[in-house]
Amino acid sequence: MQQPLAPTTSQMSSGSRLERVLRSGRFAVTAELDAPDSADPEDVYKNALVLAEVCDAINATDGAGANCHMSSMGCCALLTRAGYEPVLQVSCRDRNRIAIQADLLGAAAMGVQNVLCLTGDDVSNGDQPEAKRVFDLDSIQLLQVARMMRDQGVLLSGRKLLTPPRLFLGAVENPFVPPYELRAHRLAKKIAAGAQFIQTQYCFDIPRFQRFMARVRELGLHERVFILVGVGPLRSAKAAEHLRTKVPGVWIPDELVARMHKTPPSQQAEEGIRICVELIQQAREIVGIHGVHVMAYRQEGMVAEIIHRAGLFPRSGPAPARPPRTQPQRA
Amino acid sequence: MKEARRAPGSEWLKDHPRLLEVAYAASKRVITAAYPLMRRVSPRASERLLLWSEELLKGYAFNCQMCGQCILHSTGMTCPMTCPKNLRNGPCGGVRANGNCEVIPEMPCIWVQAWERSADMMLYGDAINQIQPPVDRTLQGTSAWINLIDRRDIQTPKGWALTESVERRAQNAGQGATPATRI
Repeated sequence: MQQPLAPTTSQMSSGSRLERVLRSGRFAVTAELDAPDSADPEDVYKNALVLAEVCDAINATDGAGANCHMSSMGCCALLTRAGYEPVLQVSCRDRNRIAIQADLLGAAAMGVQNVLCLTGDDVSNGDQPEAKRVFDLDSIQLLQVARMMRDQGVLLSGRKLLTPPRLFLGAVENPFVPPYELRAHRLAKKIAAGAQFIQTQYCFDIPRFQRFMARVRELGLHERVFILVGVGPLRSAKAAEHLRTKVPGVWIPDELVARMHKTPPSQQAEEGIRICVELIQQAREIVGIHGVHVMAYRQEGMVAEIIHRAGLFPRSGPAPARPPRTQPQRA
Repeated sequence: MKEARRAPGSEWLKDHPRLLEVAYAASKRVITAAYPLMRRVSPRASERLLLWSEELLKGYAFNCQMCGQCILHSTGMTCPMTCPKNLRNGPCGGVRANGNCEVIPEMPCIWVQAWERSADMMLYGDAINQIQPPVDRTLQGTSAWINLIDRRDIQTPKGWALTESVERRAQNAGQGATPATRI
């Protein structure tokens, strides 16, 4: 079992439930909500409902894969209104620093307390490759800007904020693509810039992930950040092929694809879930893993089953073996 | 997006980062010493001379994009502005399994190269771990050498500078962990 992190912290940086769960040493579960191609709030709530029952927080994607959907901001507004705990995803692809800072204020005002800072997939892979790519900031600069707004209470310009946003800041990391050696160092850079939690790209390769985590532990980073491993069910052998050839940054080992191909088509979805559950159980054993982030693209209904079968629900059961030194409290 | 132009011989040059960093360190000394004198003689001519030679030399060797705030020595003598996403702090998560760029499949990811090359460097190799501030877009097209001499290239937005100075003070005061180093 995972031992809880003992962070040298006496105060919460936000009122976030996700932060509270992680600081208490419990294994956290987050999941990704597919933003709908719709202006109907019900389409967001429909997806959120099935996730909220089993998750500590729901990530609202920001034009995932550079495809246009409802904005993360819009989804988060709806989610906070209904009392859900969203994670606002902010990518650097579509907005410059002015828009991003403005959005962080707006989101915080609406009750968003978790922000995930990403570089963002390139426009060339999306549904509108003719678009202008912005990338005014990069993800590390974005993290530091968000932390600056929270901790110093100013905008980049130096102008003071009446009320700074209280945010739990997250970042992503992809240990599964080159340059492998640099990935842990980049994680260190993200932590220095302000990352408090990390959600990784899809993990389908446990040995490679273990090598990454070994490096993370060597650098002592697992004691400075909460790492949530990214997983997701493969819907079919075809989906696996698509994911690994068409979606940038996703690495699936040949054995796993072969395993999907060997399974009769009618049972492939079930096999995909089985693989996902196995991956969660294996990743959970790795020292320095504090949670799981489930990305079930267009399969939200599967998330609850995966969480149940992985033995992650209910999670409120046993108290953490080694409680943090100080009780989390509101700052 | 098309692959960035790579001049013949420039890849060989970039694969010898030690040579380049020594050249950088030397030219930094020469230029910072000579330019103020040159400027006294003829400000416009010396400014143009520097700008042109920079465009020519760095353009040839590094496919320089003239961002005006050169950090080549911090990124393994590989220009981060040639990354299609202009990333100055490390690779994105879209790098292909063969180490090529997400956006331009036939081009090696510049951060894969930067990492390998910086490991080879003696003087500035560790600088790859420094956090680079947001790019000042108003410097686009100006001479990075002149900006270096005028210390214009290290000017950061007020808020950014405030964060850094607060942290530096906290570190100097021996408070140990800064807000950035603890969760």
